[in-house]
Amino acid sequence: MNSSHPVVAAHIVPGHPHILLAPERSPGWTSLRKSYQALAADIAAAEADVLLVYSTGWVSVIGHQMQADPNPRWLHVDPNWYELGDMPYDFRVDAAFGHAYAAQARAVGLEARTVSYHGFPIDTGTVVALTLANAGNRLPASIVSCNMYSEKKESVLLGQAAARALWAEKKRAVVLCVTSLSSRYEVSEIDPAQDRISSLKDDEWNRKVLELLGEGRLEDVSQVAREFAHQANADMRFKAIWWLAGLLGQHNRYRGRVRDYQPVWGTGAALVSLEHAEKELAHKEFDDVPDVDVSAGAGSARGADGPVFVPGAPKPVGTYPHARRVGNMLFLSGIGPRSPLDNSIPEGAEAQSRAVIENIKSILAAAGSSLERVVDVTAYLTHMERDFAAFNKVYAEHFAAIQPTRTTVEVGSLPTAIDVELKVVATC
Amino acid sequence: MPGRIVAGVLAPHPPHLVYGENPERNEPRSEGGWEVLRWGYERCRRSVLALKPDVLIVHSPHWPTIVGHHLLGLPEFHGLSVDPIFPNLFRYHFDMRVDVDLAEIIAGEIRAAGMIAKMMRNPKFRVDYGTITSCAMINPAWDIPIVGMSSNIAPFYYSNEVGQAAMVELGQATRRAIEKSGRRAVLLASNSLSHRHFTTEGEVPEDMSREHPFRHGQYLWDMQMIRLMKEGRTRELLAVLPEFEDHTESEVKSGALAWMLSALGLPTFPAEVHAYGTVIGTGNAVVEWNMERGS
Repeated sequence: MNSSHPVVAAHIVPGHPHILLAPERSPGWTSLRKSYQALAADIAAAEADVLLVYSTGWVSVIGHQMQADPNPRWLHVDPNWYELGDMPYDFRVDAAFGHAYAAQARAVGLEARTVSYHGFPIDTGTVVALTLANAGNRLPASIVSCNMYSEKKESVLLGQAAARALWAEKKRAVVLCVTSLSSRYEVSEIDPAQDRISSLKDDEWNRKVLELLGEGRLEDVSQVAREFAHQANADMRFKAIWWLAGLLGQHNRYRGRVRDYQPVWGTGAALVSLEHAEKELAHKEFDDVPDVDVSAGAGSARGADGPVFVPGAPKPVGTYPHARRVGNMLFLSGIGPRSPLDNSIPEGAEAQSRAVIENIKSILAAAGSSLERVVDVTAYLTHMERDFAAFNKVYAEHFAAIQPTRTTVEVGSLPTAIDVELKVVATC
Repeated sequence: MPGRIVAGVLAPHPPHLVYGENPERNEPRSEGGWEVLRWGYERCRRSVLALKPDVLIVHSPHWPTIVGHHLLGLPEFHGLSVDPIFPNLFRYHFDMRVDVDLAEIIAGEIRAAGMIAKMMRNPKFRVDYGTITSCAMINPAWDIPIVGMSSNIAPFYYSNEVGQAAMVELGQATRRAIEKSGRRAVLLASNSLSHRHFTTEGEVPEDMSREHPFRHGQYLWDMQMIRLMKEGRTRELLAVLPEFEDHTESEVKSGALAWMLSALGLPTFPAEVHAYGTVIGTGNAVVEWNMERGS
């Protein structure tokens, strides 16, 4: 992080109570909980004076509100997810900074006030984020609301006012920007173990935004936020990103790290960390088109025979496509568990098996097929005795009803440091 | 004897109205404000309470739920409700009784109609300020049990028309439940009309020299809606609600008005408009459909 900037680290985090109260019910929620734990460790090690929180769950109408109760305490029950349980909280708040922030917001022409009332309802997102990311109240928090009418200009100004306040008060901050990505909840009961992003379009948009954030392109995301909000029903029109850009700086000079991305009841939940970097990245087209030899009749046109390249899937480690279409048959190359966002490899056979199947699903979907149309699977494991049981369990979850033929072999190694690879054939 | 709906009330819930009344249960103190609406509520209250209802059933947009329609499911709720938007005006110590039996019957009818219903049984649940304000303004003595219903967010995911259709079904299920229960029920649709707010507030919130419609177009739409109510044209009113919602950001999008009119059977007699007034620019009307008096 730029050592002169008062923000030492900034994190986009989800505020779903599921992550705090019932992580065990879904692999995705478990993963988010673990990612929060890792984030909490990083925050605990940060040299900062205050934890600055912007939450889309705290909606305001009359301008912007800053929490100034030095010790808000309550037993919070989420009005919708009350069946998950209660959320007691006892937070430490930097009231003086809250007042300073409100003053700076007014100085730039915004309507702003502090609130300090016994029993004031801290919103679920803030409760979840502070409970999971700031164990023991190590850092005093400063919490600001999300005005329901504010547009980009006002949200950026609010972020800039926070930066001014940090400079003026000579405080260094860790930032938590509590927001979902796509916010299209499943409106019926679901099996949490089968939780998924509620629409393919939402998932594609989430992944593209995360790709940009993973590359530190905060300003690029700020520019596409309106379209993202429209297309993917983004949380509070994704105005949180404008606040963050105002606070950190409206440019792309960041190192981004996507820690996790999971569904929570159909919505997109992600943990992303941003640090200042020295260089600005080059301009990037929103939809990068892979370099294919169109003269040979190849391409990624849907329905045409030939190689299939899927933007957003893990990049092949050699000169081969993700799949090849021949008539109504689709032959996938061996697919591993690397994350398409940051190339990371999950730990353990179970997590790798799940990641492999998710990658395969996205390739199949892009090519006009689906998991349900898989007819043959070849599985490659580097440690059969150690990993077969875990792999087999995950395999059964996804393929038990589909019943493709399967061959499982142990291999000495795979091209990268992965332990699980699948090669599938499907109809399309 | 079958139950019946004895009245339906469009019962808006800006917390300013409770603030202006200065009840002991509310911590902040005011010099009054919004008298026209509060006097309208007084008239409505006299009319409704004279019907001696057994229960007040309130549908509130400030209890939004994602999976289905939820109902308060414990016999009593106590606590402190603080409005997160107007904490300077509304910090209300509530102590209410719930007709859980009726709530269960309503939930049963909702499920029988193919919708999802849930009973909220967490005793630490904080009842929302919309429910509290509408009930407090109609029955400040809190001596009639209530049924509190959530506002399912389907209208905000689908089109206005799809959301409204769900609320119409909900209203029909509610009516069937009331008939089965033997109760004399008053329905409270806790909605404002036009709903674009001011984003600033004076030093004295009850300074009425600052109060006016947010813009003229919003006011004209409100008057159109009220005219339809006064002329008994509720079917037409329902038909135009989606457009009204688009043009005025109306709070009726959350469904309470459609739910109530459906439960009432789309009455064709003129409603009694007790008051219209603005609260921080939003349009609010206290309107009664007295089913005993009818046309």
